[in-house]
Amino acid sequence: MSTPAVPTPPAQADEPVAGPVRLPIAHALNRGLRDALAGDDRVMLIGEDIGRLGGVFRVTDGLQKDFGDLRVVDSPLGEAGIVGSAIGLAMAGYRPVCEIQFDGFVFPAMNQIITQLAKYRHRSEGAVSLPVVIRIPVGGGIGAIEHHSESPEAYFAHTAGLRVVSPSNAHEAYHLLRESIASDDPVIFLEPKRSYWLKGDVDTTVAAPAFDRAQVVHPGDDVTIVAYGALVPAALKAAQQYAEEGVGVEVIDLRSLSPIDDATILESVRRTGRLVVAHEASRTAGLGAEVAARVQDEAFYSLEAPVLRVTGYDTPYPASRLEEDWLPGVDRIVDAVDRSLEH
Amino acid sequence: MKLDDLLSMWRIRALEEKIRDLRLEGPIVGSVHLANGQESVAVGACSQLRPQDALYATYRGHGWAVARGVPPREIFAELMGRVTGVNGGRGGSAHFSAPQHGFHGENSIVGAGAPIAVGAALAGKYDGSRRAAMTVFGDGAINQGAVAEAMNFAAALGLGVVFVCENNRYSELTPIDDMVAEPDLSRRASALGIPAVRIDGNDLAQVRTATRLAVEAAAAGRGPSFIEAHTQRIVGHYIGDSEQYRPAGELERDLVVEPIARLTRELLADGVPTESVERCERRAREEMETAAAAALRDPLADPATAKEHLYA
Ligand SMILES: Cc1ncc(C[n+]2csc(CCOP(=O)(O)OP(=O)(O)O)c2C)c(N)n1
Ligand SMILES: [Mg+2]
Repeated sequence: MSTPAVPTPPAQADEPVAGPVRLPIAHALNRGLRDALAGDDRVMLIGEDIGRLGGVFRVTDGLQKDFGDLRVVDSPLGEAGIVGSAIGLAMAGYRPVCEIQFDGFVFPAMNQIITQLAKYRHRSEGAVSLPVVIRIPVGGGIGAIEHHSESPEAYFAHTAGLRVVSPSNAHEAYHLLRESIASDDPVIFLEPKRSYWLKGDVDTTVAAPAFDRAQVVHPGDDVTIVAYGALVPAALKAAQQYAEEGVGVEVIDLRSLSPIDDATILESVRRTGRLVVAHEASRTAGLGAEVAARVQDEAFYSLEAPVLRVTGYDTPYPASRLEEDWLPGVDRIVDAVDRSLEH
Repeated sequence: MKLDDLLSMWRIRALEEKIRDLRLEGPIVGSVHLANGQESVAVGACSQLRPQDALYATYRGHGWAVARGVPPREIFAELMGRVTGVNGGRGGSAHFSAPQHGFHGENSIVGAGAPIAVGAALAGKYDGSRRAAMTVFGDGAINQGAVAEAMNFAAALGLGVVFVCENNRYSELTPIDDMVAEPDLSRRASALGIPAVRIDGNDLAQVRTATRLAVEAAAAGRGPSFIEAHTQRIVGHYIGDSEQYRPAGELERDLVVEPIARLTRELLADGVPTESVERCERRAREEMETAAAAALRDPLADPATAKEHLYA
């Protein structure tokens, strides 16, 4: 290792700016990490190339310089080691935030995540909290390749004991990350990587809804779309198109993929009677299936059409040349909404 | 013959440079990792492999494929998503395979190929073919648990795996020396009881000798070997890498020792005419231009076929 820097005294959190600033998601996340590091000296970052280099997506840019290499730790190339050591840090009272460089690289760490991280609290009768955040850039659309474009959320959502959240815009990115770091539970934080440069107004002084709540981001009374991450902007675009035709499409940003905020979804579906769930991940045993099952359990008699899913195909993520054909977008969402309305 | 060696290395260099052009011009889409500067390891190691031996490469594997005999035209087509690609465009730059050439695939999960090679060697023990299974990985990969598991597995069962660690000093963008306390990576293998050597990977003769001994050991049932080949990549980690992590002067030094520059100097010092030396480069570039042009004329893979080949 290089000589460890003298630990820096916690820097002061940037003065909250009055009113929103316009930032891309990547910078909002950087800001969130910076404020968390400054606000709580138990927060530490750990990951590959995150310190000196600032991360391949530059989300941790400048943080090692300002907080030292004891708090922003460049790890060797080994994801099991990253997550395992985060668990040990958490047990020692720290609040580690891991970066996994790309979605597909979380798999070597799955052992630690599923067999240890998710289970400690339950098996210790609540005595051991593991406030670990695992940040993972997910999804396709940037011309990367298999293992660099995956949507692994269902594996995590299927594992009791993990929280899974995903922001869809810059303001949400900041606040969901802050709340995830403040949470005493392990949080899998999924960053839609093709949206990293999507700009939005971030107001650090105005909190977003609690990180386990879904949020209506476009109101409507005719059809409900539930989406998350990179498909929220697509769903909003579809909703705007329908608005011009006088059709009210309600868009719900799921935000928390586990636990799922049933109440917000059910309230909407009871009003609209129609539901389309959209995600980039493959269809089979995906989040869409889970949402559909919950809605038919609780709101069966409100439904006027079958719940429809807009998803990636049940194949491995294809080579870059084919990704535009593979990825669900506005067209496929509109098609599903049309089919729902035809019933 | 040293001139043949130069031609072999130029074929890989010319392929990589043509790939870079095609990536920047558009016909190749997606992330691409080039191996410029590391050609001697692939050429030297593959020269010692027999047809029955199995090779497992990484995302930096185009040159290894060429050295194993995969036709460049099929590699270009693969990277351009054409039906004529080695895998019909499904694998792409980082994931193609050609078992008919003993090239059992690239891999973009660092370290994932090493345990797989153990299985290939186990098969060779079981069926009596005594095939050698060569797994190539970088210096950074040495820190993956899967690589440690694979080395011990092969050592404990005496399996004919040839572990080739291409030490190009960088684990992606981070210097490997910052990520290990023991810079002699071969000692990981010796600690597990695997005969290990550190060699100058820019010296084809050293690569050949080390590989020959390793393959002989595998074929004789004497178990695994480990080769740490010191090398350098003289391009970015991937196309588009801004390489801001490189210290000043490093690239200039690397350009002097890299294997093509080195062998060219040796040949000229041996009195080989400049004309013959230059012909290697020219010929390699012509071959790659022709291969790429042919691949460019081939039809693109039909997106509808993306749903095929999921189950037997
Ligand atoms: C499991 C996993 N973690 C992280 C990565 C991201 N990554 C790609 S290449 C690389 C560095 C590998 O370095 P090295 O093994 O030295 O090989 P080189 O690229 O130098 O050839 C990293 C960290 C990955 N592909 N797979
Ligand atoms: Mg390396």
